[in-house]
Amino acid sequence: MIEVRGLVKRFGGGAPVLNGIDLAIERGERIVVIGPSGTGKSTLLRCINFLDRADAGTLRIGDLAVDVARATRAQILAVRRRTAFVFQNYALFANRTARGNITEALVTVKGLSKAAADARAEAILGDIGLLDRAEAYPASLSGGQQQRVGIGRALALDAELILFDEPTSALDPEWVGEVLDLMRRIAEAHQTMLIVTHEMQFAREIADRVIFMEGGRIVEQGPPAELFDNPRDPRTQAFLRRVR
Amino acid sequence: MKALDLDYMLGLVPVLLRYLPLTLGMAVGAMVMALVLAVILAMVRVLRVPLLDQLVQGFVSFFRGTPLLVQLFLFYYGLPQIVPAFTAINGIQAAVAGLTLHFSAYMAESIRAAILGVDRSQWEATQAVGMTQVQAMRRIILPQAARVAAPTLLNYFIDMIKSTSLAFTLGVTEMMGAAQKEAASSFRYFEAYLLVAIIYWIVVELLSVLQRRLEVRMSRAIAR
Ligand SMILES: Nc1ncnc2c1ncn2[C@@H]1O[C@H](COP(=O)(O)OP(=O)(O)O)[C@@H](O)[C@H]1O
Ligand SMILES: [Mg+2]
Repeated sequence: MIEVRGLVKRFGGGAPVLNGIDLAIERGERIVVIGPSGTGKSTLLRCINFLDRADAGTLRIGDLAVDVARATRAQILAVRRRTAFVFQNYALFANRTARGNITEALVTVKGLSKAAADARAEAILGDIGLLDRAEAYPASLSGGQQQRVGIGRALALDAELILFDEPTSALDPEWVGEVLDLMRRIAEAHQTMLIVTHEMQFAREIADRVIFMEGGRIVEQGPPAELFDNPRDPRTQAFLRRVR
Repeated sequence: MKALDLDYMLGLVPVLLRYLPLTLGMAVGAMVMALVLAVILAMVRVLRVPLLDQLVQGFVSFFRGTPLLVQLFLFYYGLPQIVPAFTAINGIQAAVAGLTLHFSAYMAESIRAAILGVDRSQWEATQAVGMTQVQAMRRIILPQAARVAAPTLLNYFIDMIKSTSLAFTLGVTEMMGAAQKEAASSFRYFEAYLLVAIIYWIVVELLSVLQRRLEVRMSRAIAR
């Protein structure tokens, strides 16, 4: 069980980008976050992983409870070791091959031996369909292949929660399908996922719950059938009309 | 007296080449130490270590803002007057120390710029997977920065080799000093100094070839 309470984040002295977010995620739950751009969706994910530091709030992942504003370096590392992040722009290590991107944290963070890390990478490369590109550097992979490696890198960590920040938004349309297919398979394996995406059809298929965010707040949430077909809040209705 | 005595020049080749190892030794020694120091200085600047950051800024500013020759003189002739312990230092040690400090200041700035040039997402990815800052620096950020900085650092190495000739002013008999002594007894200044120039030139050209090969290989490694 993962729980976010009262998360507030400001950049500089400006208005809060996150305005008191409360969110509880069950183990194995797949949550999709939608909402207009600039609404704080990325910031929410980044604050959960401490890529941005929230100004207030608490974060609980299993038995690990952290006051985000006062989190120590050790606590931050502990949170990061229980979560994984898939970036919109992939952010693969440029000086590592596809395989190296997957083994890197296994060796440095999880302390696996080189052999054990390689074996794990082999399995992951099979899962993401890139065994034949194992020794390729990111610069020579297509966008879709890079994002599959990005997802593979996250999977390898055995994280309790994987955060996806618009994983297909930077992709040419031709590569979107393969990445969504991979995410679908991960969802079917009941990996706990928190996904920001504009792929509404995909959200409808895999989400247990859809959250609509606007202005740094959760406006409305519910099962996809409810939220997409019977949105209650006028803001949700307006947003869904615009994206359809 | 002939205008240009080629035979004399040829005869001088083995005499001067005997000092090439000293020249290269000083350059390599100073380069290795300057690299280590420069990485540390760059790290202090990038991580903005309080207090140390200001000290490093002052250090870099001084060694970039004053002539190498003046620094060497300050170091070798000046310091022993203030700190008697420095009397024990010989010309070679003083030259290597001076070259190290001088070039580390320049190299620190190149390395710092290269580190800051590595895309921010690379840093974020290391943090997201739970790597420590030291692991991130050592395994992901520095190697990428090194690729960017390598050509510039090799340029500094070439500059360093040429700058070892200044050790002559500290009484060190290296190639330049040897040529000066030979010329003083034969009065063939042009031949002696021309030969020194040619030897430096060849060494630097060889390094430039190496530099170009290295650049090709490094760019291939990432963009395969
Ligand atoms: N590093 C930052 N510094 C200042 N403002 C930021 C920063 N990151 C995001 N913001 C601002 O926070 C708001 C929310 O951004 P973001 O979380 O990226 O929105 P979304 O992902 O929903 O599009 C935007 O107004 C954005 O300009
Ligand atoms: Mg975003």
